[in-house]
Amino acid sequence: MSEIATATPQGHIEVKNFSLSYETIDGSVEAVTNTHIHVKPGEFVSIVGPSGCGKSTFLNAVAGFLKPTTGTITVDGERVSGPSAERGMVFQQYSLFPWKTVRENVEFGLKMRGMPRSQRERAARTLLGLAGLEAFEKHYPEKLSGGMKQRVGIVRALATGPKVLLLDEPFGALDAQTRVIMQQILTNMWQRLKISVLFVTHDIDEAIFLSDRVYCMTARPGSIKAEIPIPLERPRQQSMMMSSEFLALRRGLMSLIREESLKAMGGEINDLGMQGLNIELHGHSLADVI
Amino acid sequence: MSSSPAILRHQDDAMPAAAAVTEPTPVPVMTPTPAPPSFGALAGRWYRLNQDSLRATAIGVISLAAFLLVWHLLTTYRVVFFVRFTNVPSPLAVYASFTKAIHDPKFLLHILLSCRRIFFGFSLAAIVGVLLGLIMGRFKLVHEIVFPVAEVLRPIPAIAWVPMAIMLWPTNEQSIVFITFLGSFFPILVNTLHGMSLVDPVLVRAAQCLGARERSIFREVYFPASLPHIFTGLTIGMGVAWVSLIAAEMISGQYGIGYFTWEAYSLVQYADIALGMIAIGVLGLGSSLLIRGAGQLVMPWRAK
Repeated sequence: MSEIATATPQGHIEVKNFSLSYETIDGSVEAVTNTHIHVKPGEFVSIVGPSGCGKSTFLNAVAGFLKPTTGTITVDGERVSGPSAERGMVFQQYSLFPWKTVRENVEFGLKMRGMPRSQRERAARTLLGLAGLEAFEKHYPEKLSGGMKQRVGIVRALATGPKVLLLDEPFGALDAQTRVIMQQILTNMWQRLKISVLFVTHDIDEAIFLSDRVYCMTARPGSIKAEIPIPLERPRQQSMMMSSEFLALRRGLMSLIREESLKAMGGEINDLGMQGLNIELHGHSLADVI
Repeated sequence: MSSSPAILRHQDDAMPAAAAVTEPTPVPVMTPTPAPPSFGALAGRWYRLNQDSLRATAIGVISLAAFLLVWHLLTTYRVVFFVRFTNVPSPLAVYASFTKAIHDPKFLLHILLSCRRIFFGFSLAAIVGVLLGLIMGRFKLVHEIVFPVAEVLRPIPAIAWVPMAIMLWPTNEQSIVFITFLGSFFPILVNTLHGMSLVDPVLVRAAQCLGARERSIFREVYFPASLPHIFTGLTIGMGVAWVSLIAAEMISGQYGIGYFTWEAYSLVQYADIALGMIAIGVLGLGSSLLIRGAGQLVMPWRAK
């Protein structure tokens, strides 16, 4: 457990001048452009943006799966050159190994590090206990509900004691009730482990409820449109989501995103022959109509 | 391809039920019956739970019996209706030659030798086919080199290799094993490749950001992820192995169940022809059951 509970916060993510483009037959297409972000050690930061804005692409680059076309990504000053156990990742599709039991899934990272079997079994059990999954250690993932699968996914990513945790719309496939519970669980684990978190979502409420800071991305090619600090007190309760402070943040973020969504949809709207809408495209009144 | 495990699984349901069907009565006799649910209630519940598999077993038994009966009638009345049953042995004649054959060491030797050829030919094909498939699936260059050759050789039926095999190998035994190997090799290779091509790239990513290096990813992700397809290949390969073996034995063998069947025809021992055929069927069924059992052992996560 010693390597899991890191006492001093670390995991300072810095992304400078980042852009990523890929080649197609029609030439190079830019997915993300001119992006700067940073996550302080122990900070919880979310990235929100309209769908297709390249926020997942960006996260995959931070994980080391994609190489930036320009710019640099560093964690604690070290340049990211490929995937590593230092940066734990949680995927929307859970991506648990179906051929491994819940405990074997959690053990996987420790096994890769060469930890002896008995030791990693003990570590995995402790972690599963924290997530309330002890009773399911011998189950195969197929038998679990979506919420349980994703809890295993989070525990598995945390088992190796990474410096940062990257989450790619982890609760997107869950129902609303489960999502709320999962947000609470994630917050608890984050506070206990003092780990830096970079969280990608399209759910504005989720981003505000969880984060210290939210980056809002523009439509494709994605870049940072705004950076919004979330000064809400912790620990946060569900009831907070009705407070005027929360709602004000929500309204602000919502209009930013709508603007971008409409920009992204501008072409479609024209195609549909909805000319009247096009006139007001830049105004917020249209956003409210839609 | 993915539909086949479902079919296999369905048949499995019938198996334990078949065993249970023979002994429904001893259960309540052995348990002292002061327990509240009565025997009738228990039996009723057991019946409802196993209704489907019971039904399947019952129909299976009836259909087999009907098959034997039709066979019996066709042969006793020597029916000639386009096909001629005049010389076809009756089930009873086949049974008689079966009781004789199981005491005949020569018959058992035929079976043993066929099984040994299957064992060597198929095992070799499984090892080479799976390994090559995994490597081809992972390394593009190997795929690009091997695939064209494999595609040209694949459509050639194993039987067509008989003359070439006799030229290639010093002994008959080796050439028969070689033909068995060829028959099962390609289905195993092709299915392993298919399995490799379907591995979810997100699982590979998940392993990478848990610190897995190339070798571990191969062992912990690609291989287990391909296993269902590998076993599909093994099942198909086992079937083709028997087809190829019997053909090879009939053409160039001196021993083996295929040779036995062909020899029976030459010696006008008609009952032995049917006996040989049934033996081949039973051996084929047994070996595919073995593969299925191995599959369930190796892939516990796919059990219900």
